[in-house]
Amino acid sequence: MSGSSKPTLTSTAPAKPPPLAPRGLPWLIAVTALAAAALLRAVPTPGADNPAPTILLLCAVAMLVVAGFGVQRVAALGSHPAFGPLSAALFGGWVLYFWQLGITLFDVPRVLLPAPSVIGQMLLERWDTLAADFVQTVGKAVLIGWALGSLLGFCVGVAIDRAPFLQRGLLPLANLTSTVPLVAVAPIMVMWFGFEWPSKAAVVVLMTFFPMLINTLAGLQAAGVLERELMHSYAASYRRTLLHLRLPAAMPFVFGALKINATLALIGAIVAEFFGSPTVGLGFRISTEAARMNMGLVWAAIVVAAVTGSLAYALLVALERRVAFWHPSVRHR
Amino acid sequence: MKHTPPIWRQQALPVATVLLAALLLWYAGAVGLNTAGAIERVLAPNGPYSRADLISTTLNMQRPVLPAPHQVAMDLYTSLADWPLDSPRNLLYHAAVTAQSTLVGFVLGTLLGVVLAAAIVHSRTLDRALLPWIVASQTVPVLAIAPIVLVILGSLGFSGIAPKATIAMYLCFFPVTVAMVQGLRAPQRIETELLHTYAASRWQAFWLLRLPSALPFLFPALRVAVAAGLVGAMVAELPTGAQAGLGARLLTGSYYGNTVGIWSALVLSALLGLGLTAAVAGVERLVLRRRRPA
Repeated sequence: MSGSSKPTLTSTAPAKPPPLAPRGLPWLIAVTALAAAALLRAVPTPGADNPAPTILLLCAVAMLVVAGFGVQRVAALGSHPAFGPLSAALFGGWVLYFWQLGITLFDVPRVLLPAPSVIGQMLLERWDTLAADFVQTVGKAVLIGWALGSLLGFCVGVAIDRAPFLQRGLLPLANLTSTVPLVAVAPIMVMWFGFEWPSKAAVVVLMTFFPMLINTLAGLQAAGVLERELMHSYAASYRRTLLHLRLPAAMPFVFGALKINATLALIGAIVAEFFGSPTVGLGFRISTEAARMNMGLVWAAIVVAAVTGSLAYALLVALERRVAFWHPSVRHR
Repeated sequence: MKHTPPIWRQQALPVATVLLAALLLWYAGAVGLNTAGAIERVLAPNGPYSRADLISTTLNMQRPVLPAPHQVAMDLYTSLADWPLDSPRNLLYHAAVTAQSTLVGFVLGTLLGVVLAAAIVHSRTLDRALLPWIVASQTVPVLAIAPIVLVILGSLGFSGIAPKATIAMYLCFFPVTVAMVQGLRAPQRIETELLHTYAASRWQAFWLLRLPSALPFLFPALRVAVAAGLVGAMVAELPTGAQAGLGARLLTGSYYGNTVGIWSALVLSALLGLGLTAAVAGVERLVLRRRRPA
């Protein structure tokens, strides 16, 4: 009641948010956007013989100041949950803008750093190439390796749940594997399984197995003593306790491993392709086009990999909310 | 604590058992995988052979599909003992090259991460505009940019350790930043308010309260970072024409079909990873020595 008047305690949906839209804000945004666009147009295309006049440089600096100020103001807005992503998005947009502007203004050679427009163009032009790479790397190596490695880790974890001796033996070793560069087995896997995707999937299986094993073992210990004793007092069998109490309780841990593994699997598959691959695949594309100095396509392939990684993560988070809806870390959001 | 069984029964015995099982499995795998090649290349041309011949041949092949553990150990030993330390035939030389770029990148990345985290904690703008991107980058395979970094730095005229250290650096930097931001925010409100009542400056609050309370968050991230940096340094060694470093050894091994060489490089890189992490853990124990609850 009294809290609503304090500025520190804002309700989730303020009826009349004064700092959200100061008068003339739409005009300010429009003017800034127009000025930014005009500046981008005014800069001569790279390759033209007359270098950019000093006035344009000054304009760019002024724009930088405006951008910094704008981001700062947006970041200083209230604690409405939408403002955080908004300022991050604004910042990202400005970074892209100045990337583009700087490349054209200083005539940076394409070999060093292609402009975002070039990368976007490459994404559109070589869409079929990148799609084939995506299917090869993500659709086959990553997906199969990730699923197989995680499943294997989970099954082994559940299987040795009743063998504390094995657990004590395996857990320290499994923990150590996180410090070992497991990707380095890629050349061996290429020798065993050939250049095609099975060798990459094998690397991914090896990389994803141990995190899942560790997390499954930890998750199976996560059920509270109280709940376990309750199951015991119901005379529940080991299997029923496992199915109805301990496995559900382990789900947040399992999903934690699945999320770690998604990134690990992408890294594993891409790096394994650096060691040898058929003439298709994201890692192959990155390494060969980088060697041919075709950096636009390299960056486009990286964009594909980055979007894949983020989407996979988001998908797993959404799935986790469905499965482990009861967990405090999910409920509190 | 007094009633727990001794450490060797608690840990060492199970670990040793698992290791022994792994070793046996490795030998069995070596026999199984090398059988076809052994029969085709060594045994069949020389007429009939017994089972013992077959097994001993599979375990001592020139170019096995899977070298036996003792072959790898022998290869490691001869490379370490028979060649001087600065010879490219000595694997320790390559391990040192990789370790050097890893450590340089690790130190730089840690410094960068800590500074950036301090800036983020003190600036609302950076916190809201930059931190989400750093957190999101954890879900992205940033290692994929390594070839780009190599090309850019190569065309700018940098060679040798700089590109490798740069890649190790940016891999180290992300986890350190995220953990440090979390750690620098760890102090309780009551503690920050206490410093406030002492009229402590921002700098003093940072130095006396925030930094010490961030250390327990920092060290686990450092262990992750040094392992990531090692992977980065090894990947960075792949396209540089394969001159020195464990990554280069792996690549040359796979070019020439030198499986034993690949495995020794692999074993040594694993040992290097363990050593680097153990070093970080040792520093951690040293620094946080007095933190232990009595």
